Amino acid sequence: MPEINWTALTIFILLFALITVLGFIAAHWRKGDLDLLHEWGLGGRRFGTVITWFLIGGDLYTAYTFIAVPALAFGAGAIAFFAVPYTIMIYPILFLVFPRLWYVCHKHNYITASDFVRGRYGNRWLALAVAITGIVATLPYIALQLVGLQVVIGGMGVGGTGYAGDLPLLIAFIILAAFTYTSGLRAPASIAVVKDILIYVTAFAVVIAVPIELGGFGKIFAAVPPAKVLLASPGPHTTGLYGVYGTLALGSALALFLYPHSITGILSASSGHAIRRNAALLPGYSFMLGLLALVGFFAIAAGVATMPQFAGGFKQFGNNFAVPALFLHTFPSWFVGIAFAAIGIGALVPAAIMSIAAANLYTRNIHREFINGHLTDRQESQIAKWVSLIVKFGALAFIVFVPQQFAIYLQLLGGIWIIQTVPSVMLGTYTRWFNDWALVIGWAVGICTGTWMFIAAKLAPNYPLAIGGFTFPGYSALYTLILNLVVAAVLTLLFNAGTKTRADETVAADYRP
Amino acid sequence: MNRPTEGQSGWSWWYLLLLIQFIGSLWVPFYNRIEPTWIGIPFFYWYQMLLVIVGAILTAIVYFATDA
Repeated sequence: MPEINWTALTIFILLFALITVLGFIAAHWRKGDLDLLHEWGLGGRRFGTVITWFLIGGDLYTAYTFIAVPALAFGAGAIAFFAVPYTIMIYPILFLVFPRLWYVCHKHNYITASDFVRGRYGNRWLALAVAITGIVATLPYIALQLVGLQVVIGGMGVGGTGYAGDLPLLIAFIILAAFTYTSGLRAPASIAVVKDILIYVTAFAVVIAVPIELGGFGKIFAAVPPAKVLLASPGPHTTGLYGVYGTLALGSALALFLYPHSITGILSASSGHAIRRNAALLPGYSFMLGLLALVGFFAIAAGVATMPQFAGGFKQFGNNFAVPALFLHTFPSWFVGIAFAAIGIGALVPAAIMSIAAANLYTRNIHREFINGHLTDRQESQIAKWVSLIVKFGALAFIVFVPQQFAIYLQLLGGIWIIQTVPSVMLGTYTRWFNDWALVIGWAVGICTGTWMFIAAKLAPNYPLAIGGFTFPGYSALYTLILNLVVAAVLTLLFNAGTKTRADETVAADYRP
Repeated sequence: MNRPTEGQSGWSWWYLLLLIQFIGSLWVPFYNRIEPTWIGIPFFYWYQMLLVIVGAILTAIVYFATDA
C-alpha cells in the first residue's frame, strides 16, 4: 500500500467539509416548505437557466463517467470516444421533447415521468412499468458512483484490508444521506456549482499541462498503439465497429433523459425556456468530456501503467486507476487534492439526485398508487425522505458486498431497460395515438428481448444482429427499442379498431407555454 | 423572423437544422481517419470536438429562431 498523501488528503477533506456545510444550509436557499414533495424532491421548480446548467451538468456527467470514459480510452482506444457523439445527440432531443414534458408536468403538478404517463394514458399499470424501470435502472447507477469515490480515496493512499478499507466511503455516504434528507434537491443543486467549477479547472489544467510536459499532441498520439487510435475498419458482410459506435451513441442518447435523475433535473427548472436555453449551453460539458476522454491517451503516453508506484492501484482498480495515476504523476499534491475532490464530490451530486428521483418514483407511483392512496402532503414527503436513505444505503451495501463487475453489468442492462420507455414518455409528449396496453406489451417485449440479447452476447451491450448473410453488431437497446415500437404500433392498430374513447387528462395546450 | 414559427402542432421547420448533428455524428466512416491532423490531433478526435461546438451553435440558432 502506498503512503498516505497528506497534503492531497487535507485539501480533499477541507473541500468535503465545505460542501457538507453547503449541503445543509441549502435547505434555506429559495426557502420553501420541505414537507411538500415538489419542494423537497424538485427544489420547488425554482431553478433558473444558470442553476439548471450546473445541476443537469453535475447530474449527467458523473464521477463514474470521468473515471470510466478515460479508462476505456486507456484500455480499448477510439471506441471510448462514442461518449462525444452520444452527448452531441442528447441536446436536440432535450430541445425538442423535454420542454413539452416540463410544461405538462408543471400544469398538472407531475413530479415523475410515471406521473405523466398515468395522466396521459390513464393506465396505472403502464405508469407502474415506467416507475419500476426507472428505479431498477437507477440503483446500479448509484452504486457505480461509489466506484469513482473509491478510486480517488485509494489514490490518496487511504485504504485498508477488508471492510475497514470501506470506512471512508461509509463516512462520505453518511454525509450525503444526511444533507439529502434535510435539504432535498436543493443540496445537490448548490453543491453542483462547486463541483462543476472544480471539474472544469481540473480538466483544463490536465489538458494544458500534460501535452506541454509530453511534448505536444503529436507525440502523445504517436505513443498510442495505432490499433487504438482509430476504429478498426469493418470486414466484409458486416458494419463492424462503425455500427457499434453509431448505435451505442444513438441508443445512449435516446435513453439518457429518460433516467429518473435526468427528469428530476429537468423538472426542477423554473421554465421550459430554461431547458431550451440549456440545450445550447450544456454542450460545454460534452466538450469537457471529450477532453477528458483524451486524458486516457495522455495516461498511455505518460507510461503510468508501468510505473512501480502505481502498480498497487492498477492491481486494485484496473484501468479505472489510469486517470488518478496520471494526476498523481503530473500535479503537485495540493492540486491532486483539488482534482480528486472534484471527482469525489462529482460522485455525491448525481448519487443524491438519483436517490431523490428513485424516492419520488416510489412514493408517487408505487406507494400512493398501490399501497396507500390517502397520504397527506407531509406523509408523502416523509416517505420520500426515508426511501432516499434506503436507496443510498442499498447502493452502498451493493458496492461493498457484491463484486463491482456485477454493478457494471446491471448498469449496462439498465440502459437497455430504460430506453423501452421512449414510446410512452418521449413520444407521449407529442402524441396520444398509442394504445396504453399496446405500450405495456411493447415495453415487456423490449425488456425481455433486450435482456436476452445482453445474455446471448455474453453479458455485453452489443449484439451481433444477423440478417441474411450480413451482420450488424450494435447496441441491443436500440434494436429492441425498434422492436418495441413495431409491437406497440401494430397492437395499437389492432386494439383501437372500433373504439374512439381514450383516457387523457391532458390537452394540447398543456404542452406549450 | 416571420410567423408562424411554431404553429398549433408545436412543429417548426427550423427544427430540421438539428438533423445536421445526427448526420454528423452517425456518419462514422466519414470521420474515422487520421488525416488531416490539427496540432497533432487526428481528424477522428478534433472533428467530433468541433461537432460539439457546431451542435451548440445550431441549437442556439434554432432557439432564437423559434423563441418568438
